[in-house]
Formats: sequence, structure tokens, C-alpha cells
Amino acid sequence: MSDPTVILDALGIQRALTRIAHEIAERNVQGAEVVLLGIPVGGDHLAARLAQTLAGIWNLSVPVGILDVTMHRDDLDHRVAPMMHPTDIPFDVNGKVVVLVDDVLFSGRTTRAAMDALNDLGRPKKIQLAVLVDRGHRELPIKADFVGKNVPTSLDERICLLLTEAGAAQDEVLLKKKV
Amino acid sequence: MSWNRKHLLDIESLSAAELTTILDTARSFKAVGQRAIKKVPALRGKTVVNLFVEPSTRTRISFELAAQRLSADVINFSIEASSFKKGETLKDTALNLQALNADFIIIRHSASGAPHFLSRVLDAHVINAGDGAHEHPTQALLDAFTIREKKGKIAGLNVTILGDILYSRVARSDIWALLKLGANVTLCGPSTLVPKTFEQMGCRVTHDVNEAIREADIINLLRIQHERQRKTMFPSIGEYTQLFGLTKARLERTKPDALIMHPGPINRGVEIDSEIADCGRSVILEQVTNGLAVRMAVLFLVNGGNVPPEAASYT
Repeated sequence: MSDPTVILDALGIQRALTRIAHEIAERNVQGAEVVLLGIPVGGDHLAARLAQTLAGIWNLSVPVGILDVTMHRDDLDHRVAPMMHPTDIPFDVNGKVVVLVDDVLFSGRTTRAAMDALNDLGRPKKIQLAVLVDRGHRELPIKADFVGKNVPTSLDERICLLLTEAGAAQDEVLLKKKV
Repeated sequence: MSWNRKHLLDIESLSAAELTTILDTARSFKAVGQRAIKKVPALRGKTVVNLFVEPSTRTRISFELAAQRLSADVINFSIEASSFKKGETLKDTALNLQALNADFIIIRHSASGAPHFLSRVLDAHVINAGDGAHEHPTQALLDAFTIREKKGKIAGLNVTILGDILYSRVARSDIWALLKLGANVTLCGPSTLVPKTFEQMGCRVTHDVNEAIREADIINLLRIQHERQRKTMFPSIGEYTQLFGLTKARLERTKPDALIMHPGPINRGVEIDSEIADCGRSVILEQVTNGLAVRMAVLFLVNGGNVPPEAASYT
């Protein structure tokens, strides 16, 4: 088996997130009720980082929450029940511009589940999608608004995001062959 | 993944990791119950049958609501209005329900082992909602959930179960769950209802109530199961209350942060003073709330159970 390829190193991740934060700031008027919702696992930490950068750009604090989409997945009948993560949204999503943050955009099914989960919590004014890596192979008509890096992949590969918040030694995005 | 079972039949066969998975999952479902929209689509299109061959209100309602909150359709089947009265066997009844494409059968039965039997003859997921004096797994899970939520842990806590142990399926399930999760379990009650043989399960048995509750972090009271006792197990209700009832005077001699639990229905003035049932240390109603979350978690988890391991991973 070949060694994993590093797609983004720590500096690359930081640059990508800084650029996404600027793009979010450009797309949305300052103070326009932008809130970030990270999708675990991975997206929650990225959302927290983005919120910090965005707060620096706008000079105001940007609310950030965690949205678990497990209960809204469409594959629950075809797999072992997935691990749940707590949903923690300490603000009202009604009327807000919600930026969903995920680590990897693949089939698009997680994003669909996230939009359904979000609809049960309120009616945002807009939903936008930010991802660190877009690896292609969409199965639904879903497209990200903000992409850190586009990575062409084959289906027998997988993308691994390692973050220091999750206990990794250093930030890294790896491309591996499926075992 | 630490849950890959198709049924929930008992606590005895589960590992500590499996119990913890259920409790963790239940925490997410409890949060759903606190939202404006309390429903999620996880079991959309599924059919859940409540097959209650023995009377129950709170467990049946809790399972019914749990299934509805997961977007499943629910059929309630009670003994009074069924062909059991016409002599149909349990197996035939269950097969008929399965022929209607029921995906989950939640069974309560007076015979120990009835859920295990059904799990062998049906393709549907089977969940034990109480079988005879054997087990009542979801009650033990909600008790464990409540203890963990209130105390932040279970391992190392002293839990005293007080009352009718011999005829109690709640006691058996509680004992298994608490011991697996690392608690110290003490059983107390009249010697006729708390035989020494329970020590073989790994608990402490005592017949002195004051000693049993002195160091307890949790006092779990059980109802006297008049309906299961074939003969008189103690002289009178009055004497039971006097010797084993949780009175105000007895409560004052316990740890100040000891919690009072009861699976319900409570008999005020028998196993518990009315005042104590309503006091700040009683978590009896929170147990009911948590029961709903735990039952949602169980339905959710068994739905994904019995999948071949290669399908178990997901990217």
C-alpha cells in the first residue's frame, strides 16, 4: 500500500481558511447576521477557526455552533447506527445567514442532511456552504459556496483531516487509499 | 462501532461499551425533546408495534412517543382487544404482525424469555419492554442515564436498591447495568424478597435499611409487586412501611446529596413518604423524561444493527 499523500499542510490549511473567511466577508455585508455552524467531526473545529478569523476581519464576534446531522442521514437503514455528536447552537437561526462548515464535500448527502436538520431548528434567511476540501463525486445537486481546495480523487481513496484540536500532532489533510 | 445488535433483549448480554453507546446516543435525543420541533426523520416509513401482553401505561406511552418522535408509525396492541382472548399463540400473533410488515416489535409479556423467543422466530427487530420477573432493559438504561446525568459518573457510586427484588425485573436489569458500569450495588428489603442468592450476581445484600442507605449516593426504591407474589411475603403493608419504607426520619440519616429514584408507579405512604417523592432530591419525574430519550436511542441503534461488518464503516 502506498504512503498517504499530503494535500494540505498546516500552513496550507491556515491559508485556505483565511481565504474562505475573506470570501465570506466579501459575500456578506458586515454584521449581516452571519452565523457559522460546523458539522462534526472536523467541521466543528474548522467553524471555530473561521469564526475567529472572521471576527478579526469584521471586528465583531461571530456566533458559532455545532450541528450534528446523524438523525437526518438518508443511509440509516444500510449501515450500523452512526455515532452521534451533540448539537450545540447557542443562538436562534431564524433570519440568519447560516454558513455550514464541513471538512470534506463528497457525495453531498451530509450537506442535504444538514439542511434538513437546520430546517427543524428554524428558518434561516440564507444557507451557504464552506468546505476545506471538495473531492468531487457528487450524488446530489449541491455545490459549495466557499472551497479551500479542489482535489480530484478516485472512489477508492479517502481524505483524512487531522487537526490539533482533535488531538493530532499537527494540522494536515491526507489522501489515502482505502484499506 | 460499539453497537451492532438487531435486538435489545436484556442487559445481561451487553458490554459496558454497548451500554455507554446507548447512553451517549440518548443524550443527543434528549436535546431533540427540548426543541420546538421534537421530531427527527430517522425511522421514517418504519412500523413499530407495541405488543403489550401485560398491562402497562408509562412504558407503552413512552415507547409510543419515542417511535413517533423518530417519525415511525405506531400500532398499539393490547391484550384486552386481541385474539389472545380467542386462544391465538404469541408466535402466531407476532407472525401476523410481521406479515403486516412491522419492522419493530416492542414486547411486554408475563413470561420470562418471551422477547428472546420472538427474536428467534421473527425477522423484525425485537425490543424487550419487560418480561416476567426477568429483565426490563430500558428501565435500567434510563436509570443509568439519570444517574450519569445527575452525578456525572456511575463508576464508584454506591447504589442501594430497596424493596421487592425477588419479583422485580427492574432490579435484575438495574443490577446488571450498574455493575457493568462500575457501581457498587447494595440490595435491601425483607429477607423473603431479597434472598442472599443475589450476592452471586456481585451485589451486597442486607436486611437493615438504615445501614443500606447510610453511604448510598443513589437510593432506588421499588414497588411491591403484589400481582407477582403467589403468597404473602411479609406480614402487612404497614409493617413493610415501618421496617423498609423511606421515611423523612430515615432520609435525614443519608448523605445530603443522595438522590431518590423510583421506576413508578409509586405507592405513596408505602415504600416512600409522600413528601419525599416530591422533594428536591427526588428525580422520579426526570426518570420519565429520560426514559423517552433512552427509548429513542434504542430504536435508533437497533435499526442499524446486524449489518455485515464491511458495511459498518462510512466515509
